[in-house]
Amino acid sequence: MLKDKIILSYTGFENNRSTEIDTEFHAKRVRAMQQFEKVGFPTKEIEEWKYTSLKNLLKTDFTLLTASESDIDTKKIKPFLLKGIESYKLVFLDGIFQPQVSVTSHEGLDICILSSAISKPKYNIVLNHYFNTIASQKDGLASLNTAFTQEGVFIHIPKSVVVDRPVEILYLTSGSEKEVLVQPRNLVIVDENAYVQIVERHQSLTSQKVFTNSVTELFAHKRAIVEWYKVQNDNLQASIIDSTYISQKEQSVVSMFTFSFGGDLVRNNLHVYHEGEHITSNLNGISMLHGTQHVDHQTNIYHQQPNCESHELYKGIFDEQSTGVFNGKVIVSKEAQKTDAYQQNDNILLTDDATINAKPQLEIFADDVKCSHGCTIGQLDKNALFYMRQRGIPAKEAKALLLYAFTDQVVNRIKIPALKIWITDTISKKLGVELEIEV
Amino acid sequence: MLKIKNLHASINGKEILKGINLEVKNGEVHAIMGPNGSGKTTLSSVVAGREDYEVTEGEITLNGVDLLELAPEERAHKGVFMSFQYPVAIPGVTVTNFIKTALNAKRKAAGKEDMPAVEMLKMIREKSELLELDKKFLSRSLNDGFSGGEKKRNEIFQMAMLEPKLAILDETDSGLDIDALKTVANGVNKLKNKDNAVIVITHYQRLLDYIVPDFVHVLKDGKIIKSGGKELAFELEAKGYDWLK
Repeated sequence: MLKDKIILSYTGFENNRSTEIDTEFHAKRVRAMQQFEKVGFPTKEIEEWKYTSLKNLLKTDFTLLTASESDIDTKKIKPFLLKGIESYKLVFLDGIFQPQVSVTSHEGLDICILSSAISKPKYNIVLNHYFNTIASQKDGLASLNTAFTQEGVFIHIPKSVVVDRPVEILYLTSGSEKEVLVQPRNLVIVDENAYVQIVERHQSLTSQKVFTNSVTELFAHKRAIVEWYKVQNDNLQASIIDSTYISQKEQSVVSMFTFSFGGDLVRNNLHVYHEGEHITSNLNGISMLHGTQHVDHQTNIYHQQPNCESHELYKGIFDEQSTGVFNGKVIVSKEAQKTDAYQQNDNILLTDDATINAKPQLEIFADDVKCSHGCTIGQLDKNALFYMRQRGIPAKEAKALLLYAFTDQVVNRIKIPALKIWITDTISKKLGVELEIEV
Repeated sequence: MLKIKNLHASINGKEILKGINLEVKNGEVHAIMGPNGSGKTTLSSVVAGREDYEVTEGEITLNGVDLLELAPEERAHKGVFMSFQYPVAIPGVTVTNFIKTALNAKRKAAGKEDMPAVEMLKMIREKSELLELDKKFLSRSLNDGFSGGEKKRNEIFQMAMLEPKLAILDETDSGLDIDALKTVANGVNKLKNKDNAVIVITHYQRLLDYIVPDFVHVLKDGKIIKSGGKELAFELEAKGYDWLK
């Protein structure tokens, strides 16, 4: 079993990291490993995993900790980066940082990698203060990631710094020989009044199975503004479970985008904790699936303070036998008066075999709040299709235009023009037409 | 131009059209009037190719081409245009983008290249002035939040852009105030020429004061029960439909 294999390999992993012993960081690892040993991988008996089974995925004999010898060149990664703009780049191959194709910075801010933060004493205070403080201490997958934390992104934007270009994070897997389990770990701290845009992507370059168990912790301090775009457009052998934990302080604004266009099994666990007043959280998503692809969005927003807002807008298009899950949880504690929480989840099923399980879940303990949710599941509007065809637009184009229009509300919220173009192109390609869309 | 012979059509097994005969020649304006439920919208939908309806008997040809063999978009490419009673809103697609897509699809079907952008913009400007549509209107999402008048003007704007051979105006007057009605009618009249034809489908005679028909047909219970000149419209307005058998 994969679980046993992982537990066995942990000793070997520990032995190679003797310099870490006696550090707080190490203690967190050990505790996490004990937790994973206790709970293992999530099963369908857990309510949040009712519609997503890892059973098949875990049958694969994944290998941990592959040491990649191969370097990657600029040409190979080009298709996965934004075009025509300057950006910071953090590129990893099989979990190993690739400095030759990356653009990092330590000038007035830190845009670098977690391994260097772990090894350099000057980062220890920051690391101990933030690392694994908001990630789940109970969840098996998050614990597994913590136990084996080795590499990932470390970003620290100091007070009032406006990062002048997006940060692109690219995790590549070559896994040329075997099926691999990769576990990136990201720690991002955005201090008071600072601003940063991040584009994150996981991409497999192999036809072997890849299982990514990614964990991110994001801290947005007072008045910080963060935009984070997750692009999931991987091949059919690649599965990802992304757990992102966000802590927001007063007046901060965090906008998360999740574009799920590809992959075999895709699961997004988003947890947003409000720790101050007048916070805004925007969660947006577009899922476009075909074949037997599966995407599961779990959003959890913990309204713990008064006068905060959260807005969720998730759009899903499901073709063939694809399946989707949307479970949107909003928890408003009794202190969180004047909360304004809005959630909308719209889905189009293109075939009789496609499935969506949608579950809005509002738990409200305060009495003076504005909370609403809406969920639609439907097919393409026949009247609209006929209208367009009557004007001479062929059925295929008409359908594509309607589906594009369905996603438009989310696409229009993208603030990086190069990314907006890329997303539009990707949607057009998936729809099999060339759409003339003005960006 | 348009020849409809013994047309029978049904929806969900229920026969709505029970033997329609109609011939429309180049340069003519025909009005089809009739009470609610007489089959007016069904007739326009069947000519345009709506797939919900089943044609059980009869034929429809446009300049000798069998329309019943063609998909809705192919009929549009051959020159059939239908102005909808309830135009559909498409949030996320602007008026400009929509008409560009439609016009270029038509050109493509005719083996032509896309219309050059400059030419397209010029044409859009000219035709939108005809319907008194301002610039801001053109960048709004198609029919999304449009008033009744805006929707109908937009329909005629599209007609002006697509330059159809046969335009069917289905209840274009419904929900229009008198000013909007005049604008719409004025647009239609300017587009009218000796090579195209218009079928106006309406419940009331009001629109026919502005778009003057050469022929008026009364549709009742799926059949044309009376045909005449424009004076028939006045008679119908005065007496209603019940006197006709």
